[in-house]
Amino acid sequence: MDSSRRTLLVATSAAGGVAAVATAVPFVASLTPSERAKAAGAPVEVDISQLAPGEMMTVEWRGKPVWILRRTPEMLATLEVTESRVSDPDSREPMQPEYARNKYRSIKPEYLVVVGICTHLGCSPTDKFRPGVESGLGADWPGGFLCPCHGSFFDLSARVYRSMPAPTNLEVPPHMYLTETTLLVGEDGKA
Amino acid sequence: MTTKSQALLNWIDERFPLTATWKAHLSEYYAPKNFNFWYFFGSLALLVLVIQIVTGIFLVMHYKPDGTLNDAGISIAFASVEYIMREVPGGWLIRYLHSTGASAFFVVVYLHMFRGLLYGSYRKPRELLWILGTLIFLVLMAEAFMGYLLPWGQMSYWGAQVIINLFSAIPFIGPDLALIIRGDFVVSDATLNRFFSLHVIAVPLVLIALVFAHIVALHEVGSNNPDGVEIKKKKDANGIPLDGIPFHPYYTVKDIVGVVGFLFFFSAVVFFAPEFGGYFLEYNNFIPADPLKTPPHIAPVWYFTPFYSVLRAVTYPLFGIDAKFWGVVAMGASVVIIAFLPWLDRSPVKSIRYRGPIFKAALVIFVISFFVLGYLGVLAPTPGRTLAAQIFSVLYFAFFLLMPWYSKIDKCKPEPERVNFK
Repeated sequence: MDSSRRTLLVATSAAGGVAAVATAVPFVASLTPSERAKAAGAPVEVDISQLAPGEMMTVEWRGKPVWILRRTPEMLATLEVTESRVSDPDSREPMQPEYARNKYRSIKPEYLVVVGICTHLGCSPTDKFRPGVESGLGADWPGGFLCPCHGSFFDLSARVYRSMPAPTNLEVPPHMYLTETTLLVGEDGKA
Repeated sequence: MTTKSQALLNWIDERFPLTATWKAHLSEYYAPKNFNFWYFFGSLALLVLVIQIVTGIFLVMHYKPDGTLNDAGISIAFASVEYIMREVPGGWLIRYLHSTGASAFFVVVYLHMFRGLLYGSYRKPRELLWILGTLIFLVLMAEAFMGYLLPWGQMSYWGAQVIINLFSAIPFIGPDLALIIRGDFVVSDATLNRFFSLHVIAVPLVLIALVFAHIVALHEVGSNNPDGVEIKKKKDANGIPLDGIPFHPYYTVKDIVGVVGFLFFFSAVVFFAPEFGGYFLEYNNFIPADPLKTPPHIAPVWYFTPFYSVLRAVTYPLFGIDAKFWGVVAMGASVVIIAFLPWLDRSPVKSIRYRGPIFKAALVIFVISFFVLGYLGVLAPTPGRTLAAQIFSVLYFAFFLLMPWYSKIDKCKPEPERVNFK
């Protein structure tokens, strides 16, 4: 065996191997989301400084309506009432990021950020924030959301009531606060 | 044979080993003479593979892997499947052959694998043959999963959504891996197109290569048989096994009987029950995919349900990692563990005919567990069902993991010197 030739052989093979691996890079890269997909799926920056307590605004993210509700202390108090009426009060179902796995289903109790699509058949629930008889949902209605298609009730944390057509709570999208009054929907800096 | 055709054959044989290959793999390939009906399923799996490839080729001529909406607001992929069903002459038959073929593939492969368990076909010297078979099973599952997305119905869409999301449970690389699989942030047109490419080109190529290797390995070691004794131990003066008969014509003819029997059942399903009560084609899949509407209950197709049950049975987080991840690990393990059978089985005999009562009981429990897990996997989970899935998952794994002990202490009967043949 000519060992100098063997060394050359190993070196050449190693160089060839590096080239082969490098060739794989563009192929793997082609599997990642395209520029168009990235643009369509980009996170949305929302200015919430103009949102008054008790008001809700809707922004679009990846083709879905995302609700941002600024809850009043009275609204937050209703969550105690609905605790026993909802099917998943502790948010056990993975319908929210870990940081929104609490009673308020949010980072800050004041602001609720959810995808406004019923988990039953995808209708958009309507807001029924007014409590009591005025809501048309009975005197003991504490305020929440009603899906008009099949009548699923949700509370003000978007938790679904028990024995409703909707199987789970509404989805909380990944989100984060950039400043006190700017919200980024679609990214939480965790992934 | 006339001298002219003999001359042509000679001309070819000097350039390509035609006669030698024919002899080595058919007319002078000696298989045990005591095969029973369990030995139909290997060649039937090959038949179904051919059915899938041929029907697949014709379906691709009309199908469009396009998730965008047409003027009527229906996705083009879904509409093209309906076009095949309603307007392409004979399209409905080709499509039902392909969709029924998918389920038939798993029926035949499960029976083929069960035959291996019955007669110890995985034991030495057939370990590599068995591993290749397990790989075929894995690749077949990938092929079926990707194919199921193509009709772009609600179950296609949400089933893929659920399964791809499982990958995101893998620590560190999970979310990026899921992104690379989907090619988008949600299951979308990009996902549909890559699944189409993999389903019709990449995975079938791998599948065919593995099937080829499986047969090459089989013909190297020779078939096992219902008695589990090696026919190569007793040979005549010419080196031919005493209990062997040439594959052609004996088993080619026998397998044709199996093919006819199989096609009876297959045709009955294709013509009279192609949806098979919602098990072969799920009812929700006749609704176009809608990213905004989650079906209330997402169930995989029947052939994945035993493994899906194992996945759902894991409900405890471990080492600070999500339970979902361990579910994925358990599901993967429930398939991969099959490949280790050759080393888990320590019995002195191969065939169930000479095994003792412990193995027979273990096999019965295993089969029951497999069916119960399969049944539970179709249903929506409840606390009671989850507990049942946990118990039967443990039994499923116990069959494999305890095998080194129970197969050793089992009271076996002595194997015969030669195969039984009446």
